[in-house]
Amino acid sequence: MSLFLIAALPFLGAVFPALLIRAGRNAAASAAGLTTFLALMGLLIHIPSVMRGDVVTARFDWIPGLGLNANFMLDGLGFLFALLILAIGLLIILYARFYLSREDPMGQFYTYLLLFQGAMVGIVLSDNILLLLIFWELTSLSSFLLIGYWKHLPEGRQGARMALAVTGSGGLAMIAGMLILGNIVGSYDLSVILRNKDLIQASPYYLPALILILLGCFTKSAQFPFHFWLPHAMAAPTPVSAYLHSATMVKAGLFLMARMWPVLAGTDAWFYIVATTGLVTMLIGAVIALFKDDLKALLAFSTVSHLGLVTMLLGFGTKFAAVAAIFHIINHATFKAALFMTAGIVDHETGTRDIKRLGGLRHLMPVTFTIGTIAALSMAGLPPLNGFLSKEMMLEETVHTTWLQSHYLVPGLALLAALFSAAYSFRFISHVFLGPQRDDYPHTPHDPPVGLWLAPAFLVVLVVLIGLYSAAIVGPLVAVVSSAVIGGEKLPYYSLKLWHGFTPALYMSVVATLGGLFLLSLHKHGEKLWNALPRPEAKTIFEAIIHALTQLSRWITDELHNGVISRYAIILVAFTVGLGYYAYASGSIGVVTRVPLPAQIIPIIGWICLVGATVAIMWFHRNRLLSLVLIGVVGLIVSMAFNYLSAPDLALTQISVEVVTMILLLLSLNFLPTETPWDSTAPRRWRDAAISVVAGIGAGGLIYALMMRDFAFPTISDFHLANSYKGGGGTNVVNVILVDFRGFDTFGEIIVLGIAALIIFALTEAVLSSNVRGYLLNRKPHWPQSGDSHPLMMVVATRVMMPIALMVGAYIFFRGHNQPGGGFIAGLIVAIAFLMQYMASGYTWAIERQRFYYHGTIGWGVLIAAATGLGAWFNERPFLTSDFGYIHWPPLEEFEWATALLFDTGVFLAVLGAVMLALDSLSRFAWQPGMAQEFPMDINPLRDTPPEEEQEKEQA
Amino acid sequence: MEALVASAVGVLTAAGIFLILRRRTFPVILGLSLITYAVNVFLFATGRLALNAPAVLNKYEEVPYTDPLPQALVLTAIVISFGMTAVIVMIALSAYLSAKDDHIDMSASDSVDAPGEDA
Repeated sequence: MSLFLIAALPFLGAVFPALLIRAGRNAAASAAGLTTFLALMGLLIHIPSVMRGDVVTARFDWIPGLGLNANFMLDGLGFLFALLILAIGLLIILYARFYLSREDPMGQFYTYLLLFQGAMVGIVLSDNILLLLIFWELTSLSSFLLIGYWKHLPEGRQGARMALAVTGSGGLAMIAGMLILGNIVGSYDLSVILRNKDLIQASPYYLPALILILLGCFTKSAQFPFHFWLPHAMAAPTPVSAYLHSATMVKAGLFLMARMWPVLAGTDAWFYIVATTGLVTMLIGAVIALFKDDLKALLAFSTVSHLGLVTMLLGFGTKFAAVAAIFHIINHATFKAALFMTAGIVDHETGTRDIKRLGGLRHLMPVTFTIGTIAALSMAGLPPLNGFLSKEMMLEETVHTTWLQSHYLVPGLALLAALFSAAYSFRFISHVFLGPQRDDYPHTPHDPPVGLWLAPAFLVVLVVLIGLYSAAIVGPLVAVVSSAVIGGEKLPYYSLKLWHGFTPALYMSVVATLGGLFLLSLHKHGEKLWNALPRPEAKTIFEAIIHALTQLSRWITDELHNGVISRYAIILVAFTVGLGYYAYASGSIGVVTRVPLPAQIIPIIGWICLVGATVAIMWFHRNRLLSLVLIGVVGLIVSMAFNYLSAPDLALTQISVEVVTMILLLLSLNFLPTETPWDSTAPRRWRDAAISVVAGIGAGGLIYALMMRDFAFPTISDFHLANSYKGGGGTNVVNVILVDFRGFDTFGEIIVLGIAALIIFALTEAVLSSNVRGYLLNRKPHWPQSGDSHPLMMVVATRVMMPIALMVGAYIFFRGHNQPGGGFIAGLIVAIAFLMQYMASGYTWAIERQRFYYHGTIGWGVLIAAATGLGAWFNERPFLTSDFGYIHWPPLEEFEWATALLFDTGVFLAVLGAVMLALDSLSRFAWQPGMAQEFPMDINPLRDTPPEEEQEKEQA
Repeated sequence: MEALVASAVGVLTAAGIFLILRRRTFPVILGLSLITYAVNVFLFATGRLALNAPAVLNKYEEVPYTDPLPQALVLTAIVISFGMTAVIVMIALSAYLSAKDDHIDMSASDSVDAPGEDA
């Protein structure tokens, strides 16, 4: 099965439990189980090639320019983790079906679980670190959902937030580290990165990259000092704890350290950071675990401790330690998942997981007792179970490790951790199952149904079998995985067996076991001492930090974002000017290569008008009506300039936009004050003027410099000029670019325009349904109104002009592909034709004759454009590829048809609808009762009778 | 010619920024319109200036053409800027009609709602 499918299956399958929950809990669980099973089978068929040491790959170049490719690879290490994730996932799905109660939304649970599973599989199969990062963040998010699954429990919500904050921020650090790493190597493909050990370790950025990546790994794998989130995440339902917090997610950090081992390990920095962190975590976790009364908290700290163990082994940087680490990952996954499930069963059946309230369960729950005991003994590291084997390897390796010239520090502390580990494992057995039977359990305990104990039992069988026949069962797997970790080099000598003779490791094991028993016998006294000791409470510290950070960001936000918009504008302008100056001062400017065009007299007159009008706007801007007139002058000069400078399309567009903008601003000025009062002080005005002048000089200077030089690089415009007719079938290159070459941009733009119009409509609706409506209805106009609101001449003229205007619109539209014109301009022209009717004959009159909604016009425009684009798919071309041809009907000239014309129709409709909707909305503000006249003209050609007679007729 | 265009861009930019820094909505709208002109002309001018060379292909003879790409970009920009102007006009208008105040800055008496903390 393709690796794509294996990674995608859990995501695809995540839909089904959520839907199938209506068909019952079994259906949801089966769907989840089946998906996982399929993915597992897909993985297992790769066994032969993986065992040969081959790397299975699946490549898909997504954005090669950014190095972002969806590449997957499956080697030994990825295989082991994918196997753990999918196989334990299957067991967890089974277990959760019987664990969750009737009130819990099970469909949601399986959906979250599968999302998580997919993200995990994605991490371990990714061959691209950017892709890996995406999956990495997805695990943080999906585990947030899983930890907070019991939404009604505050601990659940807090734990979920804490886990997200810690692992998420670690993930951010890791993104930075990975980007540095990718930059050093010049590729984001893992397989390339893994071949460049020397390059990476010689780089000056090696240490920052290492630290950042390790931050991600340590937070995810709950290493000291980030270990505190894991116990709080135990507020999750037990299946989640067993899956995320023993077998999979917390191992993601270990996975990544193992994955990066060939290139990052082997330096002093790696040894001292990773091995020391691991050692400290292992010891602290083991000590705290002994004094936890909550069964799951005990297991959580034990998990922290074991994760520390594996981290330490990876940190040693030797090949033997790497093998031991891999072996312990396998063993820990089996016994710890079984232990979590056992704890869940105990909790489920007795109603409590407080060790102080338990004890004596061995006769009441014999099956659970057997499973729990074997798993716990393996955790303690007793032969002949699998925990013993990897612990021996660990102790063996510590004996050979020196830490700052000390031969005893590492083995001594490791022995101490192993001793505590044995002690809490024994405590798990003796304080829960052994001892006198009690009569105050919250529920009467008995063994659970087979569905609940089957999954842990299966794991415990593995624990025993791996312990007894390790070389036969997991030997080949360990070999393949280890060689993947150490980068394909020769494996060190090791043997997976129970008896190695009288080695130092064996003595240490004996000491640890006896010491553990002794420590347990003193547990009552130890506990008193422990409780008397002051110790930092991680949760309080965490919350204090979060609180401080929240305060800090709130302060920054409030200071920067205090609602004084003119200050934002000043900051923006000043910063931009500063950046521009920096670029100017630090860069170099090329020599002038173009000869300026001669300035003729008419452009100079235009320039004088424009500059004069602009300065006058600045001067007279308090008189709002006057400034509108002046801005109209500016707009006209700009459109004439476009025409003069060989841009007829722009000139047409600018002049028609000018008309509608003026109408819009005039309409709005109806309701706004007509004068702007003086409300800034003179120094402030001078300061603003200074900033503006500097910015203006900057902008003008930049464009002058640009215009006086030729293009620094060949432009793509030559392509457009060359292919406009050949490829797009039109001679107006600007229009062909709009509807063909860059049709996707245009498509986006008409959507934006439509959205803008809808925003205006929505705002109007909101304002008109508030108490503003009352004010508007009783508003007195600013200026005296003309006696005749619908002058006869204007009404007649606009109605006569309507068909002509529409004809011009159609003409401009159809010639657009070959001559200046097109959908944008035609849309504006037709909109102006309609607006004339509104202005001359009144809103009410016009709206009565309005047969279609403008919203619909926008919608149809976008839909037609989209449908034209989709049509290309049927021709097996990419979206929006246009097609054209020529038709010759004998009496007529040759006639061109192009799908671009259809696209342009969409543009036309969207522009028309947007302009009309915007202005129509604004006009609604002006509506007042009594405005509506049946006949806008005093003399209406439709009427046969003069008004007086008509009134009389009505009265009669 | 280039100097005329460049100085016009400069003047339009300066006037636009000056008006944007005023404290009432209407001058800000005017300022944005002026800046729109400046930006559109700026973008258009990045294609370099040319006289009598519209980018309409001539089938019959070899003639020079101006750069069509900035023109296409500016064409949509003009139409979009109309949409955006309309939106801010409407926002300004709604704000004025609702509050009878056309200051753009929040005054100290306007309360800022602190987001509540989830327990």
